[in-house]
Amino acid sequence: MRLITLRDALREAMTEEMRRDPRVFLMGEEVAEYNGAYKVSKGMLAEFGSQRVIDTPITELGFAGIGVGAAMNGLRPIIEFMTWNFSILAWDQIINSAAKVRSMSGGQFGCPIVFRGPSGVAGQLGAQHSQSFESWLANTPGIKVISTATPYDAKGLLKSAIRDENPIMFMESEVEYGVEGDVPEEEYLIPIGKADVKRQGTDVTLVTFNKMVKVALSAAKTLAEEGIEAEVIDLRTIRPMDYDTLIESVKKTNRMVVVEESWPFASVATEITYQIQRRAFDYMDAPVIRVMGADTSVSYAPNLVSAFLPNPTRIIKAVKEVMYLKK
Amino acid sequence: MAKKKTTTLPYSREQYLSWYESMLLQRRFEEQAGTQFGKGIRGFFHVYIGQEAVSAGICSATRLTDPIITAYRDHGLALARGMSANECMAELFGKATGCSKGKGGSMHFFSKEHYFFGGHGIVGAQIPMGAGIAFAEKYKGTDNLCICMFGDGAARQGALYETFNMAMLWKLPVIFICENNQYAMGTSVERTSNVTDLAKIGLAFEMPSESVDGMNPESVHEAVSRAAEHCRAGKGPVFLEIETYRYRGHSVSDPGLYRTKEEVAAYRQKDPLNAIKNKIVEAAWLTEAEIETLDDRIMQTIKDSIHFAEESPFPDDTELYHDTYAEADYPFLME
Ligand SMILES: Cc1ncc(C[n+]2csc(CCOP(=O)(O)OP(=O)(O)O)c2C)c(N)n1
Ligand SMILES: [Mg+2]
Repeated sequence: MRLITLRDALREAMTEEMRRDPRVFLMGEEVAEYNGAYKVSKGMLAEFGSQRVIDTPITELGFAGIGVGAAMNGLRPIIEFMTWNFSILAWDQIINSAAKVRSMSGGQFGCPIVFRGPSGVAGQLGAQHSQSFESWLANTPGIKVISTATPYDAKGLLKSAIRDENPIMFMESEVEYGVEGDVPEEEYLIPIGKADVKRQGTDVTLVTFNKMVKVALSAAKTLAEEGIEAEVIDLRTIRPMDYDTLIESVKKTNRMVVVEESWPFASVATEITYQIQRRAFDYMDAPVIRVMGADTSVSYAPNLVSAFLPNPTRIIKAVKEVMYLKK
Repeated sequence: MAKKKTTTLPYSREQYLSWYESMLLQRRFEEQAGTQFGKGIRGFFHVYIGQEAVSAGICSATRLTDPIITAYRDHGLALARGMSANECMAELFGKATGCSKGKGGSMHFFSKEHYFFGGHGIVGAQIPMGAGIAFAEKYKGTDNLCICMFGDGAARQGALYETFNMAMLWKLPVIFICENNQYAMGTSVERTSNVTDLAKIGLAFEMPSESVDGMNPESVHEAVSRAAEHCRAGKGPVFLEIETYRYRGHSVSDPGLYRTKEEVAAYRQKDPLNAIKNKIVEAAWLTEAEIETLDDRIMQTIKDSIHFAEESPFPDDTELYHDTYAEADYPFLME
């Protein structure tokens, strides 16, 4: 093992896959000459040339659609959104084209494409630059959604995503790009659709993904000091969801708290909660509680950003609530 | 040396002084705000320095009641429109006294009082919005026009082409202004299109289009005045490509490796602030000493605004949900 940053892990995944398969190319704003707005694609232009590492004008709808067309016609594009906030312009191509060509064509055409970029709150960036779209996109049949922020998971999953035959939405984290983690030298893949138990525990299951994993682990640490052992599950893939791992966990803990940085209405947490009450009702000792981003736009002021986000204190409170402990 | 050259300058003493003061305020505001970055000011911070002649010329050529909308590089324009240094600085600090109550930050200045329809963060989004603002003016039967600003990078968004078409079809009173500062982040205009002469974009829609020197307020003022007359006469939109330059990086985190030091230096040579100052001195409208007094006064205004911002409170935590909906009692999901 060696320590590398999230941005290096993502670059290794793309680079290895581009060496392996000439059909793979990277396209997006500032990915080539600028080496990526967040330096994820640093050095890739030098290695692969401007045929395969391609700067676009600021035209999200256009280059997403060009990616979809290229994918239908035999290539395997990786389309970078500078952040997922800007992908909204491209949702027509993602939801109306990429997600549907396979079924509309009766299986004749596929769309093996990866859309990737950072998602979520990254400090005081205001309402338009602080959003997460996992639940929005996972709502659509025909696409898969991955959201992860640890170097190991990100590398293995991005490689699988590039090899997958379906359109994949791959969400990273701006604030985690520079954070290091263990990544093996040798090649590995992580299967899409498998959650990862980041911490074993017996008293309560904390389910989360992307950079909220750290927040949940921090809460779990504090809880352990009080004798409460939380199991922390990192979903990694949002769609398809690994319900089996969640159900296995609550069979043991009988309690669940879901932590998600986005808005509560029709969220990933909403979906998990439905499935748990439907499939594991008899094992539950308490209703599932969720700790969410606030039901409002993210403001710029630092105190309002903090007030928006889930934090260990809120998680601990929720855990105690599902355990029927005072305070 | 003060020489009597007054008659050769096309505009009045008052006009030049007001341009100078506006540009100086914008310049010093951002220089001083820059020193607060990482302290009171965080997030994205896009500096307008170098482009001040554009905002000064636009504001002198239009009415303060003409709605204006722009992108995230909005500090200079807000000040040029008369928004106070205090409310702007406080916004950068995320304070309740800011022009958007501390909720918007650098990218999202707004002021209804100044018909300032915002600072928008999604590149190009304000182009159709600007046309919509103009649509409303026409609908209401006013003779106001909308000033709709965007960058050279934004000019490649598909929304522009849809909007230009409809604005011409419906003869909306909007002046589309592309502030061509030559770069969209690290991408030069040459690298974004086969057509690098941006003014040509309007021609496909037979929209009156013109390329304008943006390094002095006079030429901007002239072009915008002509455009405004055209709009107010009910003849529809005008497209102006105003050529300018940003001296600093795209935002504070940009080292600017995509352009040469020589290129930046060449533009600094043409600095609009210096040029106007020289004209004022040469025309003997102000002495060097009077200029210095003016500079000191502006500097004091900025220093005061930093003090004001520092002393102001953050929005109350209860502001978290306020302003999300029109209703004060909207039933938010609390869990
Ligand atoms: C839809 C969208 N895509 C990408 C971005 C990221 N981004 C912010 S500013 C910018 C460059 C814009 O350049 P330009 O329009 O020339 O304006 P300038 O910054 O030069 O004033 C980019 C790519 C964004 N904010 N919105
Ligand atoms: Mg530009």
